This record gives sequence, structure tokens and C-alpha cells, in this order.
Amino acid sequence: MEPSSALFLNAVVSGLLLAGFYAAVAVGISISFGMLDVVNIAHPGFIILGSYTALIVHRWLGWDPILLSVVLSPLFFLLGMVLYRVYYVAFEKRGQESLRGLAFFFGILFITEVVLILIYGVDYQLVKTAYSETVWKLGPIDFPLRLLVPCIVSVAMVVGIQIFFNRTFFGRAVLAVAQDQLALRIMGVDPVRIKEFAFALSIATAGVAGAFLIVIQPVQPSIGREFIGLAFAICVLGGLGSLYGTLAGAVILGIAESFTSTYFGPSWAPAVSFGLLLLALAFRPAGLFGR
Amino acid sequence: MSNRRFALIALVVAIGIIAASLTIKNAYFFTAAYAVLVFVILSTAWNILGGYTGYVNFGVPAFFAIGAYTTVFLHQLLTAPLFVNVVAGTVMAGLAGLGVGYLTLRLRGVFFAIATLALAVVMLTFVVNWTYVGGARGAYVITPREVPFGMESWKHYLYVVMVLLATLATVVARMLERSTIGRGLAAIRDDELAAECAGVPTLRLKLLAATASGALMGMAGTTTPYFYAYVEPTSVFNLSYAVNSIAMPVIGGMTSWVGPLIGAVLLGTLQQIVQVTISSNLNLLITGLLLVLFVTLAPNGILGWVDAWKRRRKR
Repeated sequence: MEPSSALFLNAVVSGLLLAGFYAAVAVGISISFGMLDVVNIAHPGFIILGSYTALIVHRWLGWDPILLSVVLSPLFFLLGMVLYRVYYVAFEKRGQESLRGLAFFFGILFITEVVLILIYGVDYQLVKTAYSETVWKLGPIDFPLRLLVPCIVSVAMVVGIQIFFNRTFFGRAVLAVAQDQLALRIMGVDPVRIKEFAFALSIATAGVAGAFLIVIQPVQPSIGREFIGLAFAICVLGGLGSLYGTLAGAVILGIAESFTSTYFGPSWAPAVSFGLLLLALAFRPAGLFGR
Repeated sequence: MSNRRFALIALVVAIGIIAASLTIKNAYFFTAAYAVLVFVILSTAWNILGGYTGYVNFGVPAFFAIGAYTTVFLHQLLTAPLFVNVVAGTVMAGLAGLGVGYLTLRLRGVFFAIATLALAVVMLTFVVNWTYVGGARGAYVITPREVPFGMESWKHYLYVVMVLLATLATVVARMLERSTIGRGLAAIRDDELAAECAGVPTLRLKLLAATASGALMGMAGTTTPYFYAYVEPTSVFNLSYAVNSIAMPVIGGMTSWVGPLIGAVLLGTLQQIVQVTISSNLNLLITGLLLVLFVTLAPNGILGWVDAWKRRRKR
């Protein structure tokens, strides 16, 4: 095969593998922003927190970080519940969520970041797993396992959450909150409890996504900000409120970034997600597959 | 108080501050005071769009950097004098602000805020890849040997310039706030649809507010390359400018021009003290904590406390 077409195929495959991870990053924002109207721009902060939690417990117990993150996800769930309670009492109840709620989450993002810097410094940290160095080869195409494993787990997680939303009472209640809170109240369900649960779920996914991140690339507290644009771009492209849309948005972003890195150089990659976000906001605010 | 009278008083205060600085020999004072003055301008400017109009702008670093990089560009091109750079940077950032103002046409509330954040990152990427202004390595701006007006040092001179620019920003903010424009902006903040129905020219007012806000932020950035003699993308585009410019009006109070001023002076001074005595990382933690605390517990900031106190005294 010609080198250029091998380069092309590799760009496609690494884009798809990245997309799996990106879906894990964005699924939480799809839930909190897309379904609950809670604009959690601090979400990337919790992803980095997840990375560091996985790192520390991994160094302590030596377990696989991704397995650890799933075991530890109830902790993040609890954190999410507390955070939503504060947010609800301070902003939603008073109807001030738009401006002040944004400022609140922006502050939370900075607090998580600086606390991590103060404790662990600004050095890049990485977890080496048993499969970190392994690369499966299919002809000229590389499948590095450090990307493949997070991708598979992530897709399983996103699909699992969507099935949960579609099939269970609680899940349907979450979807209903997104549509009509008053109707939910009439049916005898407390929308605040449902939103608390769903928000907590979104933070739990951040913890898992953080573990993926530290397996994929070295992590430093302040890289979280770079994922704000990425996550929101995916949600907006995918149409708010549908997790399969999130998967599609992640594929678009993953391929676009991988091609930019391959053909223009990695220094242009950050502009891709934010640039796509700007374009999507300007021309199709309802998303490509919007409701 | 009429605008002219306020401007006159502000100018007198500014001249007083400048005159008092002539007795100060400690060079570090000017570094610290300069940083506080940057934040006075940035938070006052942010408040025009954020506090008066209710549109959260996370793109403060982008506007600040437009100002700073206009100076770098003109300095590389024709070693333009400071005054020209200040005007050019302000105009460029004002144009960018106008562009952001057009974003409000389609994007309300949250989407607008995220779009401005995106704008800052996209611009950062362009500047990193633009080698004429130094790219990722940054650029040096060498100040001439002699200081204008026979001042002792460039830092002192730039401090004086910044006091005047901060005064200008405050006067502009107050002028907008107290005019019919300010009332229109407040109407947009409270209910944009209702304002439109009541005959408020919402688009024109939003464009005006966004332009003024952007221009003033850019103005704050124009002197930075001279002050630090070196500009580097990640420091000029630092998101800490955004979090500070939001935290300061929130702490001071967003409804009036006094709020950002109080917030910037208090928080800015506190940060300078913490930076010297403890560490610069703790700065951002304090900013973040105060932002979260004030926004949850005292949503109207220090001005809100003052108002509550006045009301209690009247009773």
C-alpha cells in the first residue's frame, strides 16, 4: 500500500479511537447541559480530578486505572449530588441560573485546577498499564491498545446510559425532566430529585473519563480547560439531549482533529474543536441531528 | 451628578494618585499597582456587557491579547509610539467586540458565553502559529532608553498612563450606565424579549455595549508589552484574566460602575499581597473561592451589602 493512503487510513482509525474517548468526555455535558439545562463548564475540572484519583489509587493499590475509575465512580456520583444541591439552592431556586450559575461553575473549574496544582504541582503524570505499550497491527494500520481499551469501555458506557434512559423508570424520568418539568410534577415525581440523580450520573462519567485520559496521555491540572470547547462542540454538533448524537459528534470531532494533526501539525489541533463549535453555534445551534 | 462634573472629579482624583506616586521610590510598587490597574480596566469593561447587559463574556483574554498583540505588531512594523499603539489596540479590540456583539443575534445566554470562550482558544491557536509576532516563542518589545516627560523609569511612566486609562474606562462605564443607553441595557438584562417589545433597540444597544466593552479590554492590553518588555501567547491569553475580570465585578457588585472598581482594588491588592507573601498559585485559588462564595452567598456583592445597610438605616 502507498504510504500516503496508509497515512490516511491511520488518521481515520486514530480519529475513531479518539472519538471513543471524546464521547466519554462529552456524555456528561450532554446529560447536564443537554437534558438538565445545567451549564456545567466545570465538567472538565472533574475529569482531571478523575485522572488524579485514578493515578493516586493506582499507585497505592496497583490496579488498572480504568477498572479503578468504575469502582470509584460512586464517589464522583456523591460529589455530583452535593454540587447539584448547592447549585439548586443557590441559583435554580432563585431563578438566577443563567449568569450567576455560569460564574459559579467557572469558579469551581478554577478551584479544582488550582487545588490539584497546589497538591501535585504542574508536572505531567501518566499511568503505565499492562497494555500501554502494546499495538495491534492490521496491515499498515495501528491499533494502540492505550486508545482502543478506553474507546471500547467508553462506547459501552455511553450506549449503556442511553439504554438505561430508554428502558428504566428513572431513566425515562430524566428524559421527561428535559421535556417538561411541570408535567413531571403533576405525575407525582419530584423533578429536583431526578435532576440531582442525573447530574450526579454526569459527574460519575467525568470520573471514568478522567481515568481514560491518564491512560491515553500525560495529564497536568490545567489541561482540563482544553476540553471545554471539545465537549461543548460535541454536544452542540450532536444535538443536545441525545446520547447517540453525542457519539456522532464525537466521531466528527475525533476525525477532524486527527486529520488536522496529521496534515497540518498538532499545534493547530486545539483550534479545530473550538472552531467547529463556533461554526456549529453560528449556523446550526440545534445540532446536525437536532431535535 | 452630570457626566462632565464626574469626569472632572475623576481626573482630579487621578492626578492626585499620580502626584502621590512621585514620592514613591520603591520600584516594586509600580509592578503591583500596574497589575491592579489592569484589572480595574478589565473588570470595568467586562461589567459593561456582563453586569449591565447580562451577557457573560469568557473571552476577556482574547480582547486583552488583541490589544497587546496590536502593540507588538505595530512595534515590529514601524516602532510606533505608545500613544498610537494604545489607540490602534483599542480600535482593533473594539472591532472584535463588534463582531462578538453580532454573535448575540443568534446566541442567547449560555451559548454566547461558550462561544466567547471558544473565540479565545481559536485566537490563541492563530497567534501561536503566527511567527511574525513571535509565535509560541513570544516577542520582545524593547522600550527606548529615554523615558518620556523626564520620568525616572518606564514602569513609572506606564503606571501614570494606566491611571489615566483606568479613569477613562470608569468615566465611560458610568456615562453608559447613567444614560438612556444604560437603562436600555438593564432592560435587556432583565428580559430581552420584553425590552424589544417595549421599543428598546436591543441589537443596536448590544452592539454598542459589546464594542465598548471589547475596546476597553483591548486598551488594557496595549501597554502590557512595554511593561514586561516581553509578550508570550500563553501568558497573554491566560484564562486567569477571564476569571479575575468576572470575579471582581461579582465581588464588588455588578449593577454599578463602583462595583468593579471596588472589587478590582480589593481583590487585586489582596492578590498582590498573597503573591509576595505566599505564592502566585494561591492567588487563583483565592479568586476562585471568593467568586464561588460571593456568587452563592452574596449575589449582589459588596454594593448589595451597602444597599441593605442603607435601607436598614432609613427604617
